[in-house]
Amino acid sequence: MIVFMITSLLLLGSSRLAGCIRIVALQGILLSLLPLMVSGGGLTIDSLILSIGTIILKGMVFPWLLSRAIREAEVRREVEPFVGYITSLGFGGAAFVISLWIGSRLPVPHGEASSLTLSVAFFTILTGFFLIVTRRKAISQVLGYLTLENGIYTFGVGLAYDEPLLVDLGILLDIFVAVFVMGITLFHINREFDSISTDQLVELKDGEK
Amino acid sequence: MISALILVPLFAGIAALILRNNLWRRALLLITAIFHTGMTLSAWVVKPAPSLEGWLAFDAIGLLFLSITSLLFFFCTLYAINYLKNEPPVNHEDFEERVFFSNAPEARFTGCLLLFLATMTLVPLSQHFGILWVSIEATTLASAPLIFFHRHHRSLEATWKYLLVCSVGIAVALLGNFSLAVAASMEKGNHISMVIGEMIKDAPHLHIPWLKAAFICFLVGYGTKMGLAPMHTWLPDAHSESPSVVSALLSGALLNCAFVGILRAYQICSAAGIAQFSQSLLIGFGLFSMLVATVFIIGQTDYKRLLAYSSIEHMGILSLGVGIGGSARFGAILHAINHSFTKGMLFLLAGNILSFYKTKDCGRVKGISRILPQSGALWIAGLFAITGSPPFGSFISEFLILKGAIESGHFIAASAYLLFLALIFIGMATVMMPMVQGVTSEEIKNLKPGKETFLSIMPPVALGIIMVVLGIYIPSFLSHAVEQASNMLGGF
Repeated sequence: MIVFMITSLLLLGSSRLAGCIRIVALQGILLSLLPLMVSGGGLTIDSLILSIGTIILKGMVFPWLLSRAIREAEVRREVEPFVGYITSLGFGGAAFVISLWIGSRLPVPHGEASSLTLSVAFFTILTGFFLIVTRRKAISQVLGYLTLENGIYTFGVGLAYDEPLLVDLGILLDIFVAVFVMGITLFHINREFDSISTDQLVELKDGEK
Repeated sequence: MISALILVPLFAGIAALILRNNLWRRALLLITAIFHTGMTLSAWVVKPAPSLEGWLAFDAIGLLFLSITSLLFFFCTLYAINYLKNEPPVNHEDFEERVFFSNAPEARFTGCLLLFLATMTLVPLSQHFGILWVSIEATTLASAPLIFFHRHHRSLEATWKYLLVCSVGIAVALLGNFSLAVAASMEKGNHISMVIGEMIKDAPHLHIPWLKAAFICFLVGYGTKMGLAPMHTWLPDAHSESPSVVSALLSGALLNCAFVGILRAYQICSAAGIAQFSQSLLIGFGLFSMLVATVFIIGQTDYKRLLAYSSIEHMGILSLGVGIGGSARFGAILHAINHSFTKGMLFLLAGNILSFYKTKDCGRVKGISRILPQSGALWIAGLFAITGSPPFGSFISEFLILKGAIESGHFIAASAYLLFLALIFIGMATVMMPMVQGVTSEEIKNLKPGKETFLSIMPPVALGIIMVVLGIYIPSFLSHAVEQASNMLGGF
């Protein structure tokens, strides 16, 4: 759990895209262990399938897709945030405190272990939102989306682990296709603008042009 | 039977991606659409059995919204076949910036259109919150390539915004799903299933604070997809940059799917006795959406964006209607039908206008009544239909919502609603009327009347006829179904 929180903090402070991708991959792998831990020793087939699926997708396929996108787009390897790293980390600290507070206040079904899970989940969700809003590159926004998704998943697996397997697999599949489609769009953005900075996606708006 | 409804478009979509011959592919599209509409209409007569342990089943809400999607898709297919025939695949001149672009391959367009139909079929039939989420997210993914059919940078920008904003929104809805699961598992030794019907039965045992959190997440998440302000930012871009036939489907069918998501969450809330809480949220979002739409409709210069903002307005009306309750709830469900068909008709007409005038700027579109006489007449009819004038169906549904608001004592909401409707009427009329009339410049005077083919006119005419019929007489089977659907929402 603590490692999970540290990965989110690292994401906020990291300046290298490749590093960010590795961190998100690590998060995905940690996440995949969660269903095994939660099921409390009783290793069921369902939770095993889910873990393996998560490791393959979040730990391997996504990082591979995203690294390929960086290579093909030949972008500068830096994150180029709107908000500086120090400020980002400051936000991280604040979000950390807020999440701990929320986690301790909300009623949870299974005692203390899951109130920590709740804090971690909220922290990761907040980090994800922050990354989406403050990062300039389209690929960082995808990373932010994945972080957000990881946070929500932590919440789901940690607190409400009784979704049927079919639903979980459906969710995984959806996220996979989402990243895939986003990857294709990234490729087109790169070809069209010679950059994957979303600064240039500002043409469509109302009012004065 | 249910699985056929979903699997046939799914496999047809995959086949369309593989097939090499364009004619075969168009035939496949048409056959699938006819099959789908036929199956859906037959479900009105014989209710098909639930499948997948009751996770997929027909209920009144599902049947109504599936029928809207299916009929609209059928008419859009007819239009699309004509559209694809007349679209040169490469070297388009971009009429706004005079650069050339090409279209995405037709295989991808048709394939995604069919996959889009499959996912939109799954949404209203889902009885399990997990499946519902999966299918709504899938509609986003299947429709994103459709928005990027014209490969130029504006549609690319629209696609990116659509993907990112909606994915994040729907991620919030996933949080709602999990919160709901927490609400269901708070009470010890009590396992409440996530299937809607069973959850409604066990609703009194749900943990209220978590349920409230879940409803907020659902409303924000699916509301993003539905285009409720202030989460609507993707909507005007996606609707204005995609091909008109796709805009018609996005507005008429996709937004409804997200609305179904919110209705399902609302069903649970009203069964658990927190209808009041959810209703005030729905009213707030509804009125705010209408306000935002009004602000952007007045003085709008792009007629496709105008229609997009009008969609935001109508989604606001739906949310408001459900929020008010009583007879407004009946009105809201009826209004969903009216809005879908009217907006479908208007977007298809916008496609006709766009393909002749090659501009989305209403200042440069004049004299449609002379150049495209049939489209011009329909455009005016559409204007009155969408703004809720008699004899069109939307007059009745908007009036019912007003009646409900006054009956239940929501006087402030009722007066704001009337004010917004009036302003939007003025705003839309001042844009759409001069397009049809007003021949001023020499350039336009010298234009020869354009060709209007049967397939470009028949679908909007058919949709318009449905609107007039619904305005004059609502057949008893329909009013019965709407009644049933609004009763499913419970509350008062």
